Amino acid sequence: MTGSSRFRSSGFRALILIAPLLVFLGLFFVWPLITVITQAVSDPAVSRVLPQTAAAIGDWDGEGVPAPEIQAAFRADIAANTDDQAMGDVTRRLNSSKSGFRSLMGKTVSAVRENPDIDLAEVDKRWADTAFWKAIQDNASPYTDAFLLASLDMERDSAGSITSMKEGTSANFAILMRTLWTSALVTLSCLIIGLPYAMIAASVSGWKRAVLLGAVLLPLWTSLLVRTAAWMIILQDNGIINQSLMGLGVIKEPLVLIYNRFGVVLAMTHVLLPFMVLPIYSVLITVPGNLMSAAASLGAHPVRAFLRVLLPLSLRGVISGALLVFMASIGYYITPALLGGAADQMISSVIADYSIKSANWSMAAAIGLILLVLTLALYAVYNRLSRDPIQAR
Amino acid sequence: MKYAKAIYASLIVFFLLAPLLVILPLAFTSSAFLTYPIPAFSTRWFEELVVNSVWSRAIVNSLLIAAATTVLATVLGTLAALGLRSQELGMKSQIRTLFLLPMVVPAVVLGVGMQSLFVRFGFNSTYWSVIFAHTVVAMPFVVISVSGALTGIDRRVERAALSLGAPPWKVFGLVTLPLAMPGVLSGAALAFATSLDEVVLTLFVAGPNQRTLARQMFSTLRENISPAIAAAAFIIIVGTVVIALVLMLARRKRA
Repeated sequence: MTGSSRFRSSGFRALILIAPLLVFLGLFFVWPLITVITQAVSDPAVSRVLPQTAAAIGDWDGEGVPAPEIQAAFRADIAANTDDQAMGDVTRRLNSSKSGFRSLMGKTVSAVRENPDIDLAEVDKRWADTAFWKAIQDNASPYTDAFLLASLDMERDSAGSITSMKEGTSANFAILMRTLWTSALVTLSCLIIGLPYAMIAASVSGWKRAVLLGAVLLPLWTSLLVRTAAWMIILQDNGIINQSLMGLGVIKEPLVLIYNRFGVVLAMTHVLLPFMVLPIYSVLITVPGNLMSAAASLGAHPVRAFLRVLLPLSLRGVISGALLVFMASIGYYITPALLGGAADQMISSVIADYSIKSANWSMAAAIGLILLVLTLALYAVYNRLSRDPIQAR
Repeated sequence: MKYAKAIYASLIVFFLLAPLLVILPLAFTSSAFLTYPIPAFSTRWFEELVVNSVWSRAIVNSLLIAAATTVLATVLGTLAALGLRSQELGMKSQIRTLFLLPMVVPAVVLGVGMQSLFVRFGFNSTYWSVIFAHTVVAMPFVVISVSGALTGIDRRVERAALSLGAPPWKVFGLVTLPLAMPGVLSGAALAFATSLDEVVLTLFVAGPNQRTLARQMFSTLRENISPAIAAAAFIIIVGTVVIALVLMLARRKRA
């Protein structure tokens, strides 16, 4: 082995090995996420059509009519523009900040096209009003917080301060709260079902343990779509539950079990239960089996031994499991979309609708960014907890 | 107390398995509805999957995309897992976290980003856009599974081969890779299963020509629940079980 030792070094070789995946993830994972972030905060409609104005008007202090250079830049932009549709977008945007822009822009565009050096105040005396220039300045920035605010049902008023939108105009915030609430319900029911189950699985051995763990792992291996379809079959109006209850004479009319919150929470609990059971189980099997009998022999009542010994020891698994389930729940799309009614849709459905149905990628990206930040924050906590188990306690 | 435990555990096992037990027999119903009781057994819904071009096309698409995803994810993930073994690699834990992040990021958010990026380059709604999207979410399974297998290898075996004069590529091919093979295979199987089941990203990056089986099941479930769903589910479940069995046999033979 001759050759430069630098190229033979294991660190360099390792880098070569992971480079293909790094490049791949950079292109198809990191770049799309960066696209989401930039799309959520960018608003190029005005700055693209009026680039010179956007550059010049930034320095304007808002006192008195803008300097002749700014006005010249504005005229030059109008004269240079060939895309009437883009100009229409700009007009609409400006008109929503300051009404009257629609007629003003129409008049100004045709006047400037005839004479690029015309004095704007002569075209229309409204150009002497600073409020119209202020509207251009406000909209000139290629960046905006409008979409992020709108995804929390907020907006900026004409003075620029943040206010809540009028009641009933947007339900994004309500859906975000509903998502968190539904996820909390799912996490809680996974905990209630999963904690005792994990404790039982850790306390038995042999074939019993194999069956209990297999029952958790098998659904994990089968398609999410298949499991959701199965719940639709079970819960529908003429599904197994309703048929047997009606056959037994318990109910006369079928219960509504699907297309409501119950169906969503039940199916999501089923899908996510393994993520609660497995972390708790893996913590519990490290607990020596004789601890509980030690507590009992020292005179502790079984309930007391459970509360003071086993529960605190399983706490780390419980927290990991709860974080995993909650984190997965808030981003869930398929199960609520299939098993929920219109009033059970979660934040992911809103994002998908904005993106696929109405091609409003700015709003999709803004709400997506909020979901992304929430998820990553939860993951950071989870990662910390699972990385150094001793400090976390 | 002991009986209470047993009853509770059985109830939860039933809760976990019941949906699978319910859907499988319905694949063989002769009825046009997904309800019990089953009037007569029939294979008409499997025939439907083959005869109806919407379903058969979707099955072919799924197999093509899943196969390509498996190859890509397995190659990239295995190489990366080998690289992550090195002691001298800087920022190792950060890189590992990055590799696992696609499992964490909500699919809808990733889908929005992929769609708007791919559309910008005229790359959306192609087979490659779907394959690359699936590879992103399938790859973590390969990294985890191969890393697990590699930690079980005694590095002295590789050093012995090196010291006996085998060049590094030969050590890799004759020692490391065969020892890591069970991990590579189960990573590949998980990648295949992930691609087969992927719906959300597919909704964003696939066009009508790339409609996969999972995507077709999703829209059928939204419109009208037909027993073709149960037949498709049967195929997916049986496929998964077969892959798992093959893997187990392969591992047993080696051991």
